[in-house]
Amino acid sequence: MTSRPRTAVSRPPGTAVSRPPGTAVSRPPGTAGSRPPGPAAARPRRRGERSTAASVALHGTLLLASFVALFPVAWLAWISLGPDKTDFLHADEIAGKLSLSNYSTVLADTDFLRWVGNSLIVSLGTCLVGVFVSASAAYAVSRLRFPGHRQLMWTFLVTQMFPFAILIVPLYNILAGLDLLDTYWALIAVNLTQAVPYCAWLLKGYFDTIPHEIDEAGRVDGLTPFGTFWRLVLPLARPGMAVAAFYTFITAWSEFAFASVFMLSSDKYTLPIGLATFVSEHDQQWNLMAATGVLIGIPAAAFFYLVQRHLVTGLTAGAAKS
Amino acid sequence: MISSLKKSYSRHWYAYAMVAPVAAVLAVLVAYPLGRGIYLSLTDATSDNVGRTIGVNEIPDSFSFVGFDHYVEILTGSAADTFWKQFAWTLFWTAACVTLHYGIGLALAVLLNRRMRGRTLYRLALILPWAVPVFVTVFSWRMILADGGVLNTAFASVGLPEPAWLSEPFWQRTAAIVVNTWCGVPFMMVSLLGGLQAIPNELYEAAETDGATPWQRFRYVTLPGLRAVSSTVVMLGVIWTFNQFIVIFLLFGSTAPDTEILVTWAYRLGFGQTPRDYAGSAAYGVIILSMLVVLVSVYRRWLNRNEEAALR
Repeated sequence: MTSRPRTAVSRPPGTAVSRPPGTAVSRPPGTAGSRPPGPAAARPRRRGERSTAASVALHGTLLLASFVALFPVAWLAWISLGPDKTDFLHADEIAGKLSLSNYSTVLADTDFLRWVGNSLIVSLGTCLVGVFVSASAAYAVSRLRFPGHRQLMWTFLVTQMFPFAILIVPLYNILAGLDLLDTYWALIAVNLTQAVPYCAWLLKGYFDTIPHEIDEAGRVDGLTPFGTFWRLVLPLARPGMAVAAFYTFITAWSEFAFASVFMLSSDKYTLPIGLATFVSEHDQQWNLMAATGVLIGIPAAAFFYLVQRHLVTGLTAGAAKS
Repeated sequence: MISSLKKSYSRHWYAYAMVAPVAAVLAVLVAYPLGRGIYLSLTDATSDNVGRTIGVNEIPDSFSFVGFDHYVEILTGSAADTFWKQFAWTLFWTAACVTLHYGIGLALAVLLNRRMRGRTLYRLALILPWAVPVFVTVFSWRMILADGGVLNTAFASVGLPEPAWLSEPFWQRTAAIVVNTWCGVPFMMVSLLGGLQAIPNELYEAAETDGATPWQRFRYVTLPGLRAVSSTVVMLGVIWTFNQFIVIFLLFGSTAPDTEILVTWAYRLGFGQTPRDYAGSAAYGVIILSMLVVLVSVYRRWLNRNEEAALR
């Protein structure tokens, strides 16, 4: 998904040259609006050209949008530096009393690190089980025509749009009956209900892009279908598996509804539940919440920026083939 | 019959073996709970009469089968007022959020899809609401929107009225839509930007040669070129927004009965009150799922018909 330069090349109308994509002549930015004036006034504006006014409008809009996008996050970071609970109501006073005391309180006197550990266990568990369980099924659906493969794909699609509301009550009762509430397994299991169909769907899309000739070569050399999958296709599908793993991880990391009901004791809380306890109805420690939010947000955002390009491609490619 | 099954099995056994783990997981974690949920919705189960273990005493289930009572009650009975109000609001919420997500996302994607200084920086900044988990940023919004928070302070300083974002029903709904829009735009923007970059350059060159205005290029090249991506992201957006729980729940807690959409209300019925109304919550769940299935299949059929019309 690299961005291809799409500069208009000035050329008299009527001489359209077909050019392979990617070889468009690029012009340094900044010279875009400096075409010599001339009879061009009569024809529509070409792509890649804009007047000064249009440039100002463009950058103005984008600056405004960026401000809106950044502000709530920056605000959280700013509030986290104020030591008092109500500092968010008079944030200008924070400048006079900047301190990192919220961070030291969160790290030393709360269960924060425990919650991080719990979230890691649950998310990594979901991610590993989800990807490995769904990979072989995704391969089977992608390559092997067996009775029921359509129904299976359809199940994957429908399961992805299950509202959690339909599963939360019965799963709660079933897990309570098995005495599994308040365990990591309970959360991993419920997160799998989302992760498995999604991973299978996404990986199926990825396997579809791997040439069939590779499988055929493997079969000619005497590999079983499973051997082909395990020795040839799986190693090639590593990027796809990584995307599935990242997405599953991020989803499980932010899961709130199930965790709020299934994890009963505070030493089993995951991060979203733990964060919410700072601003309960009884006690609203906005300063500690803000510091915790920053501690969660920075690594999450860093991780996200590393993988997001692949994430989007995977998401839309998987679904576009439905 | 048996022999054909056998033949199919011997021909496809490896396919079934490879599918088995997923089938097992889905059967245990989705199909069985779904069946159990449908069953519970036909009973009068609450947290008082469901079997549980207290210490060494085991209390067995004591709820009974009541048939479609809950559905009748929700759709036409004493709970109907709440349900239909929530239903209308859920539809409005979904339509408003998805329209805003798509509209703003498309506008930003078109703006970003040109050569200019600082393009990468803009892109990184605009994607931030997606990068930071929603359960963190919603709390930030709560501080911003609070009475006396930074937004109302800013409004007051330029002489605008200061709405009670977090306590008056109308403004609560507005706030919910604003926050959810903020959270959802980056996904649309990035997906549509990907779609824009996949449109072949030659199409634009041809359009230019034919003297198309910028608007015509957008209308007749860009929009049709985005059709596949658009239909996918709009469908995903509808499903996600319809099931959006965390924004509404964390923004208001239990203080905003008017912003409850169907999903948050199902949660409230099942886990936010005593005794917990498991049966009612399960019935809500079944209704929500059936509506989503109908919504998505209508949408897909409509897409297919449009596709055929476009080809004709």
